[in-house]
Amino acid sequence: MGPGVSWYLAVAGFLFATGTLGVLLRRNPLIVLLSLEIMLNGADLALIGFARNLRDGDGQIFALAVMAVAASEVVVGLGLVVALNRKRITLDVDRLNTLRG
Amino acid sequence: MLVASAGNVLVWAAWMAAAFACLGSGVAVVSFSNPFYSALALIGNLGSLAVLYLLLSAEFVAAAQVLVYAGAVMVMFLFVIAYIGPRSESPWMGGPSWQAVGAVLAAGALLIEIVVVIGLKASGRLSHSEHVGAAFGSPATIGRLFLTDHLLAFEITSIVLLVAAVGGVILGSHSRRSADEVPSL
Repeated sequence: MGPGVSWYLAVAGFLFATGTLGVLLRRNPLIVLLSLEIMLNGADLALIGFARNLRDGDGQIFALAVMAVAASEVVVGLGLVVALNRKRITLDVDRLNTLRG
Repeated sequence: MLVASAGNVLVWAAWMAAAFACLGSGVAVVSFSNPFYSALALIGNLGSLAVLYLLLSAEFVAAAQVLVYAGAVMVMFLFVIAYIGPRSESPWMGGPSWQAVGAVLAAGALLIEIVVVIGLKASGRLSHSEHVGAAFGSPATIGRLFLTDHLLAFEITSIVLLVAAVGGVILGSHSRRSADEVPSL
């Protein structure tokens, strides 16, 4: 047989940690969104690995739902980036602090 | 036996190539300073993840990954990056240096936590189940599960997508009147 599910889980964990590092470290909102995609994909890989391990299709359903939520999140995030760009606001997540109520 | 071991080696080789491409392109996404290159690296990441999904006998999810992510989402990303144009105003890494140290420590702690929790909770049950049926992960199985057991999740997903589409249109539309109403953000 090929690699066991623990190898896939290791890849998923490293992907999730890489995405976390990008979200916390980078200042460009576009790259923060890309790093969020990496985090979601790491979670997807873990879900599909467990679905294969348990021979249960529910994990794949969950992964597809995560994919739909990720697409929605990208739409809203990119809409925000375009709106910021149109108002000539600096694309730097540290300077986006004027949205206080 | 010889054929089986040859197939085994082939699966391992495919896994190694896909996993290292996946991890390398993930690091590349985080470390490139140009968002355009980061988006291109993320396309590679998604493609190698699709290979991993195929190795886990999830054909439909792999196809959806390529179609939805690499097809639609990344095209939108590249379009927005090209629309914004080269703006080098945001630094690679901002803030004081303790923030960077804290970010690395938090990510490392999260990784260790994932490894420890999986190792403690599931290490005894992670043996690779030998066989799955040919129908496992096929579009027919996924569709049947979606329309019987997970019908509510299916419908809620459609509502989420609708709300996101409406929100994207509202965020993207700009009329002169709304610009007057919201003078400064």
